[in-house]
Amino acid sequence: MSMVQALNSAMDVMMGRDDKVVVFGEDVGYFGGVFRCTEGLQRKYGTDRAFDTPIAEAGILATAVGMGVYGLRPVVEIQFADYIYPATDQLISSAARLRYRSAGEFTAPITVRTPCGGGIFGGQTHSQSPEAIFTHVCGLKTVIPSNPYDAKGLLISAIEDDDPVIFLEPKRLYNGPFNGHHDQPVTPWTEHPSGEVPDGHYTVPLSTASVVRAGEDVTVLTYGTMVHVALAAVAESGVDAEVVDLRTLVPIDIDTIVASVTKTGRCVIVHEATRTSGFGAELSALVQENCFYSLEAPIVRVTGWDTPYPHSLEWEYFPGPRRVAEGLRKAMGG
Amino acid sequence: MKNTVPLQLHVPEPSARPGQPPDFSWVKLPAAGSVTRPDIGAEPAAIREHAFALIRVLDDNGNAVGPWDPRLDPETLRRGLRAMMLTRAYDNRMFRAQRQGKTSFYMPCTGEEAIGVAQAMALDDRDMTFPTYRQQGLLIARGWPLVDMMNQVYSNSHDRLKGRQMPIMYSSKEAGFFSIAGNLATHFPQAVGWAMASAIRHDDRIAAGWIGEGATAEGDFHHALTFASVYRAPVILNIVNNQYAISSFQGIAGGEHATFAARGLGYGLPSLRVDGNDFLAVHAVTSWAADRARSNLGPTVIELLTYRASAHSTSDDPSKYRPADEASQWPLGDPIARLRAHLVALGAWSNEQHAQLAAEVDGAVRDAQREAESYGTMGVGEHHSPATMFEDVFKEMPWHLRRQRQELGF
Ligand SMILES: Cc1ncc(C[n+]2csc(CCOP(=O)(O)OP(=O)(O)O)c2C)c(N)n1
Repeated sequence: MSMVQALNSAMDVMMGRDDKVVVFGEDVGYFGGVFRCTEGLQRKYGTDRAFDTPIAEAGILATAVGMGVYGLRPVVEIQFADYIYPATDQLISSAARLRYRSAGEFTAPITVRTPCGGGIFGGQTHSQSPEAIFTHVCGLKTVIPSNPYDAKGLLISAIEDDDPVIFLEPKRLYNGPFNGHHDQPVTPWTEHPSGEVPDGHYTVPLSTASVVRAGEDVTVLTYGTMVHVALAAVAESGVDAEVVDLRTLVPIDIDTIVASVTKTGRCVIVHEATRTSGFGAELSALVQENCFYSLEAPIVRVTGWDTPYPHSLEWEYFPGPRRVAEGLRKAMGG
Repeated sequence: MKNTVPLQLHVPEPSARPGQPPDFSWVKLPAAGSVTRPDIGAEPAAIREHAFALIRVLDDNGNAVGPWDPRLDPETLRRGLRAMMLTRAYDNRMFRAQRQGKTSFYMPCTGEEAIGVAQAMALDDRDMTFPTYRQQGLLIARGWPLVDMMNQVYSNSHDRLKGRQMPIMYSSKEAGFFSIAGNLATHFPQAVGWAMASAIRHDDRIAAGWIGEGATAEGDFHHALTFASVYRAPVILNIVNNQYAISSFQGIAGGEHATFAARGLGYGLPSLRVDGNDFLAVHAVTSWAADRARSNLGPTVIELLTYRASAHSTSDDPSKYRPADEASQWPLGDPIARLRAHLVALGAWSNEQHAQLAAEVDGAVRDAQREAESYGTMGVGEHHSPATMFEDVFKEMPWHLRRQRQELGF
């Protein structure tokens, strides 16, 4: 399956198992979503379980919270992560804190799916990676898969989870494991082991990182599209790196991080989002706090530049394999 | 009290889906000329019915009838026709340029040309506009060079926006055309802020904002109406109801039980609903609203009823969600054909003149395209240096951006 099909399958499975699961958002009903992730769900489950909404992200999140309070499990789509900002008050002040402010009396078990990241010449309003904004909010879980198998298993876990989950979908991975070599064709997921996705119900638990490549010399902490970019960079640089796909950013799998960095003694953090106050800053602090005495070199960050995402200069902006490889060499002291 | 029937969720459905015959029986068309033209000082409460009416000037025979006839001279009408035809020719070329791989994206305004063009002509060139991505007609009617627009679409070396913005996200301070935002509706209350500033400074310029019917669902739409109403801002608030957002029809935006113009009533704003494919009617209501704003009588809400005849953008395939032949059945017709028929009815236009004009605008677009392509197309030929990526984040580049620029090799 492609990642689009895997996500669709996750929603299909959950709608079939639990009639409290409802799916809505802009263009998700009849049309099936601008990236086709909800295709067929309205036909199968009816218009009151999969429907189009007005163009009002705050309204989408607000009604999702209300439905969650009633006892449903809303799975909403924000068409692009770049358009989630009108909804931030509902997310930050309501969804994230409802459990706390009512001492557990009311909760908002919602899942917010939204495509993130660049690579489609979408300019500054179709390319952002705003994960750090959400990881900074107490009470939100933030998940970002890097392949179809994880995407389905994580999305099912997110829907079953009783807390609000921000589920970021790297749009450049929807149809294949894009590794940053934009001038080369991307092989489809069907030719990738992670494209083998069971039809039925299974979960990939939240808060578990995955070591996608074992290595001895340096740990790469990354997630989303950059997992594949990092793997390409490792292959091309010849550095024996251990690549950790974090998968869930909050609550993070600290044990896997500590085990890896303690073993390698070096750490490169890679994300597509801008650098300053990006999630890499948190990772860097965690590594420093937990692995200080194992570190043999300063922690290196490879990230998007601190500028809005440009349109035509997209590939100068994107932290591709060449920049990640440079980061690896730097961490190795080269 | 206990409910006796189970509750049901209502999800609006359009009148026709792919494979079904188009059905516009719900579009109520009052006869051209039948809606009264109130004095600009009319109390909003006294003209509430205008929010549910449909102001039309051009009748089926191409005659201008009724109190809203703006009585434009043939020379002005021909200028309007030319600007609309130029807009359409430009759209067609740029749509094709995207298909040819010369740029990443494009959005046409096909079928909606009367809106940008007639409104630009009814406003003063010094008035400030806050458009959406579908009012390229404003720039064209204000005589802004096509080459400059194409440079933006191509992200080439002459693109004043340095390749930073997606195609069609134009910006021209000189033309009074605000930088297009990708985030829907954000600019709409900004138009009100600009108008408030003009009032604070006792200026004589007014502002106009545009928004799609889909985007009226955003909170920003309501902020615009609230602030405009409270401060009686000199602004025109245009809602372009072209029936569709991307795949969702206007019922999903809340158009099933009330018109979009009627949104203004709750804020005590005079609200007019107009045939958006009728050049004369669009010009007339815009002039009316501009006169009100200039006379310190405050804002006007205008709903322009039209139809998005083309795809939402080059990324969209409308045959997936609406009948393929729906556009041809749209009861308000085509704005260019209707203005042409009017000029013919006036005896001020001939088929030869029309053919000549069509060839002239095509030639103008072709010449502009040739020039723009000599400055590069997207990814091919000259473009801005990657070093420019770090400029304009701040007025002065801070150390961390200078360092990142060096890291990139500049
Ligand atoms: C805040 C925000 N949400 C979603 C989008 C994605 N989007 C772009 S255009 C569009 C439809 C807009 O429809 P409408 O306002 O009716 O204008 P039209 O395109 O029909 O002119 C959507 C949903 C966006 N650009 N911004």
